[in-house]
Amino acid sequence: MNETKEKAPQKNAAQIFFEEMRGGSVAIPILAIISGFILGGLIVAITSDEMYIAFQEGSTVLGLKIGFNEAVEAFKALFIGAFGNPSEIWAAFRGGDDIAIQAAIKPFLETLVQSTPFIFVGLSVALGFRTGLFNIGAEGQLVIGSVTAVWAGYAITGLPALIHIPLALLIGALGGALWGFIPGWLKAKTGGHEVINTIMLNFVAANLTFWLLKYPMLAPNRTDPISPDILDSAKLFRFFADEEMRFHIGFFIALALGALVYWFLFKTKWGFELRTVGSNPDAARYAGINPARSIIIAMSLSGALAGLAGANEVLGLNHNLAPAAATGYGFDGIAIALLGKSQPLGVVLSALLFGTLRNGGNTLKRPPTSVPIDLILIMQAFILVFVAAPAIVRTIYRLREPEEVEEGVFVRGWGGS
Amino acid sequence: MAPVLELKNITKRFPGVLANDQIDLTLEQGEIHALLGENGAGKTTLMNILFGLYNADAGEILIKGNHLVTGSSKDAISAGVGMVHQHFMLVPVFTVTENVMLGDEITKYGEILDRTAAADRVREISQRYNLEIDPDAYVKDLPVGVQQRVEIIKLLYRKADILIFDEPTAVLTPQEADELVNIMRSLVNQGKSIIFITHKLREVLAVADRITVIRQGKVVGTTTPAQADQNTLASMMVGREVDLQVKKEAVEKGEVILEVEDLIVLDDRHQAAVNSVSFEVRAGEILGVAGVQGNGQTELVEALTGLRSPLDGKIELLGKDVSQATPREITEIGSAHIPEDRQRDGLVLTYSIADNLILNTYYLDPFAKGPILQQEEIYKTAEELVEKFDIRTPSIITQAGSLSGGNQQKVIVAREFSRSTKLLIASQPTRGLDVGSVEYIHHQLIEKRGSGSAVLLVSTELDEVMELSDRIAVMYRGKIVDVVDAEQTTKEMVGLLMAGISPNGAGKQLEASKKTKKNKTNNK
Amino acid sequence: MASTTTPIISSEYVSPTRQRVMGFVFLGIALAILVLFAMQVEPDQLTTFKMKLPRSEVDIPNWVFSSSLALNILWVICALLGGYQLVRGFEKRTNLVLGLISGMFIFGFLTWATSGDSLNLAGLLRNTLLKAVPITLGAFSGILCERAGVVNIAIEGMMLTGAFVATVFGSLTNAWGGLIAGVLAGGVLAWVHAILSIKYKTDQIISGTVINIFSVGLTSFLSARFLAQPEYSYLNSPEDFEIYKIPILSEIPFIGPIMFERNIFVYAMFIFLFVLHFGLFFTRWGLRLRSVGEHPKAADTLGINVYRTRYMAVILGGMMAGFAGSYFTLGSVPRFDELLTGGKGFISLAAMIFGNWAPIGSLGAGLLFGFADSLKNNLALLKVAIPSEFLLMAPYIATMIVLAGVVGRGQMPAADGQPYEKE
Repeated sequence: MNETKEKAPQKNAAQIFFEEMRGGSVAIPILAIISGFILGGLIVAITSDEMYIAFQEGSTVLGLKIGFNEAVEAFKALFIGAFGNPSEIWAAFRGGDDIAIQAAIKPFLETLVQSTPFIFVGLSVALGFRTGLFNIGAEGQLVIGSVTAVWAGYAITGLPALIHIPLALLIGALGGALWGFIPGWLKAKTGGHEVINTIMLNFVAANLTFWLLKYPMLAPNRTDPISPDILDSAKLFRFFADEEMRFHIGFFIALALGALVYWFLFKTKWGFELRTVGSNPDAARYAGINPARSIIIAMSLSGALAGLAGANEVLGLNHNLAPAAATGYGFDGIAIALLGKSQPLGVVLSALLFGTLRNGGNTLKRPPTSVPIDLILIMQAFILVFVAAPAIVRTIYRLREPEEVEEGVFVRGWGGS
Repeated sequence: MAPVLELKNITKRFPGVLANDQIDLTLEQGEIHALLGENGAGKTTLMNILFGLYNADAGEILIKGNHLVTGSSKDAISAGVGMVHQHFMLVPVFTVTENVMLGDEITKYGEILDRTAAADRVREISQRYNLEIDPDAYVKDLPVGVQQRVEIIKLLYRKADILIFDEPTAVLTPQEADELVNIMRSLVNQGKSIIFITHKLREVLAVADRITVIRQGKVVGTTTPAQADQNTLASMMVGREVDLQVKKEAVEKGEVILEVEDLIVLDDRHQAAVNSVSFEVRAGEILGVAGVQGNGQTELVEALTGLRSPLDGKIELLGKDVSQATPREITEIGSAHIPEDRQRDGLVLTYSIADNLILNTYYLDPFAKGPILQQEEIYKTAEELVEKFDIRTPSIITQAGSLSGGNQQKVIVAREFSRSTKLLIASQPTRGLDVGSVEYIHHQLIEKRGSGSAVLLVSTELDEVMELSDRIAVMYRGKIVDVVDAEQTTKEMVGLLMAGISPNGAGKQLEASKKTKKNKTNNK
Repeated sequence: MASTTTPIISSEYVSPTRQRVMGFVFLGIALAILVLFAMQVEPDQLTTFKMKLPRSEVDIPNWVFSSSLALNILWVICALLGGYQLVRGFEKRTNLVLGLISGMFIFGFLTWATSGDSLNLAGLLRNTLLKAVPITLGAFSGILCERAGVVNIAIEGMMLTGAFVATVFGSLTNAWGGLIAGVLAGGVLAWVHAILSIKYKTDQIISGTVINIFSVGLTSFLSARFLAQPEYSYLNSPEDFEIYKIPILSEIPFIGPIMFERNIFVYAMFIFLFVLHFGLFFTRWGLRLRSVGEHPKAADTLGINVYRTRYMAVILGGMMAGFAGSYFTLGSVPRFDELLTGGKGFISLAAMIFGNWAPIGSLGAGLLFGFADSLKNNLALLKVAIPSEFLLMAPYIATMIVLAGVVGRGQMPAADGQPYEKE
């Protein structure tokens, strides 16, 4: 009996981690991130005027040195923007002054705030991946989730916060779930590919939201499309009284959902069903699992997670809703899920990285560095390339080939089946 | 005169396997040379090397005395080598003409397709070699036998002299197979030379001029039909005396476990693949379903296991009507299923062996309590089953995809046999397995029968059905032509039934065909 | 002659055919015209279509007719066509008739919306045509890739990069220099897509997503870093293509000024339409390209280089997307703004599916989508109670309906999206 146990240990997170490590599954994302940063730095260097001036007026060596410095400065700004200035933090904690401490850790907390929607959308896409579905429509689900949540936030009155907040979150999740259910149902019943349908629904959601905000949900006394402010009872709890400190409970809700998704996918029979459908729908059918039902459930859950991202934003940060151009969260979610290998823990870590980049990018774009924030998109694209095509990373860093069967392709043609 | 084709010392290594080990083969002008070997013996690899789809690690290929530098099928084609692949290489949405000319198009003004001229070429070839075809038909609308004709025309269009047929009869009905033999003969008469790859002993003896047997990547020997018979060929193929006999003890037949009445099942194209089929299987018996592939067996099994809902008719399992039941309901009533395509339906290749062993019981106690999976219980059971069914694996958390075919099948057998069931539906249980695994699976099936279970064995391997079954139902075009007692019938008889010849006519036909065969041998 | 394996009972169990479904669709449209439009107009109301483009030199009178008479004629024709389809069937011409009937529905809608009012039909059609240009060219890009078996959802990114590069080079050199650079930029991105999805066998959706993210990032980064800075603003004023009047053809009343008084992008769209259709279905090049998208292994056994063919198709597709992108800055508004393609690449994808992976169908879809986009401005003027947002949603919803197979399955290439492994 003991022997059996030794041979077949519980597959906990740590074990999965080491298992993946052996196959290069952890090494590859890390090397991908490093490569992404190097290439990002390169772009900063080659687009800086200073370097060319140095090339022309000084020497090649000087030019290279200046270029290198530019890149280093940019990343320094990025990290200080994301985590705060270490010396300031140190000083603040030594001083023990609450206000100084708050000011010092504000960038870090803001990073967590920025990471929160990434966690939700990353989990959303990852759950789809695990079921063999490519949810490219987290964007639209997020938008619908924010619309329904904001509606619940201002239209439902007379509730205590303890009920109003969960209710508004739930309604946001339901909105997203509906927007995921549609392509799920279409896939299950007609075979229409979810990639196309979710892309189409992104645009439908954007137009629908615009219309809703222009007419039925327009705030009183406003002409530009914007919703009324949500009631105080629907606002997510913030940890600091200071308006500038936006850190709210949404981050912990996201973490809790990460744990929940992990438990659901890997510890319950429902997760087993979804993963089986994702790995081999024919075998799932053979084993008595109803793939159509699993697809619908998975797309709805995936939509609900994305909807929560939207709800989190309106209930936690903006407190109202104005139509935004494409937020890009949907594509970020794909990148995060891939980088995190569709493992909830990996997704949370990747989301934190993306939040760091996003928040740091805000500092980056201001003087003295003045590097456009879009640099982080380019870096994300590079990271994603290396994660998606591990062979490239293996070639560059001379890793060995994996022995195990790698996961297959998602796309089996637009018409499905 | 130099042989039209010489393969010398061909060696090909795949990771972990020596697929071809110094193979020599010569093909004389105008002969049909059979390449005989088990699944996985290296026949297809060898031909893919000849055809330029693989590169050999060592060895050389001579065509009419000239070196063939392989590397792409283009070179092989221009050297006059053509191949009829086991899985047809036809584009369904293209016409016959388009398929034939693809890669060697007749054009006018440089790039513009001249479909009329190409269709004329196709017509000309089809008349010359007596291969009836409509050049303008879409391939997707053609039956399998005609599609194969298109494949042959493709080769002739390219003026191939050396034709390779890779397991060409697997998808054909016996008549289609007979006709193919005629076509091959007429091709040889017109100066072509043929390599005929197969693992079917009878076909080899009927068609080939010479036979080369390969085993585990090596040539075992070359012989002729006159010098060899089925038994010698079989032992050459397998490498030891093969006891094709399976010992099975008499078992008292029990109650009716599965009863099927007037079952009609549609295939994906909404045509009746199973057409008014009725039969019953009793406890303690093996009912074999024989038939050429594609005569409705797949759809029949899918209907019986709940994977495809029948249009009409009744399926009763242990007295319960399950004709519209889900796969899970049927499994729970007490049916086990070894699926036809184990990698597609039977296993999740990226899952561990442990997870595959609970693939259809994961939700039941003790593997799940409430919604929560009981990992410890799952691993414990997996350890036991790996031991009991002798699954050769480094550990139970090894991915099923990294096991050999035989061990993969053992995982399925372990899973299906470990549940207490009253019915076993085994569909092509030994397809693609080595002889050792085949024997193991046969042994397990007999044991299942001995334990009082009803077994429905669906197989296109006539020998297997003959050996294992108590009774044999022969399927042809979606109908059961007849159910015969295995003890009291002969292979020839079942073969005729497989060709759709009714039970009454079968005897006469047999007489007639024996006479023709005799004539043929005399003529030689 | 070997007997075939045709099942014994076949026809009895065949599910409702496309013929019947389409018949009902036609009848449904007839009913819709009757109920939604014909019964909503007063008998004496007139519809006035202005046939002269604003600022056009060719003068033609307005087209004035009785709304209800026109609508009644329309629904009767649709009903007759539907009846014929149900009874006899148009067979191969079904799609053509479907297009015709859709056109009549749209005409009916306009007639109803304009009853008692007037609408500049010429202006509407010109806008439709102009809006259709990038969508259709983008769809051509998708066709080139997907017919060869490579899914391309990066049309958007390729267009965006094409537009950016065309702007910069159009500013530094001239319109032609910009166009060539834009086309090459699309080709380079497509080459990356090809390497990722053909050589490294990356999931093609992921590869496309990467290119989209990269394009947004790169163009926005460079645009913020350079184009938006005053000292570099000379990079954002490209020379654009002038309108070229085609002699004689532009003299045709009504059609002439709409179609033949445009810049090269419009003409190129029609030329590409012909070249692509003819190339795909009537040449050796097209036969091979399609075979690689349908059954790459079969093509391989016949000596066709699957990889090379796919590379070629994807790179050509990327160049087409770069061309489509160049339209935005060299053929429409001569300056680059961040995200200026605004999802047109995704609409192109929809148009390609809607158009059944065929050039002519894609043009039809492009015109339809362009029409919905143009109409939103006119609707406000006509006081029709359809919010413009819903009109903008229509193409996406229509694509979902088509994808669901409601009006019959499309002819998607069989190996679309599947990497080819040479074993």
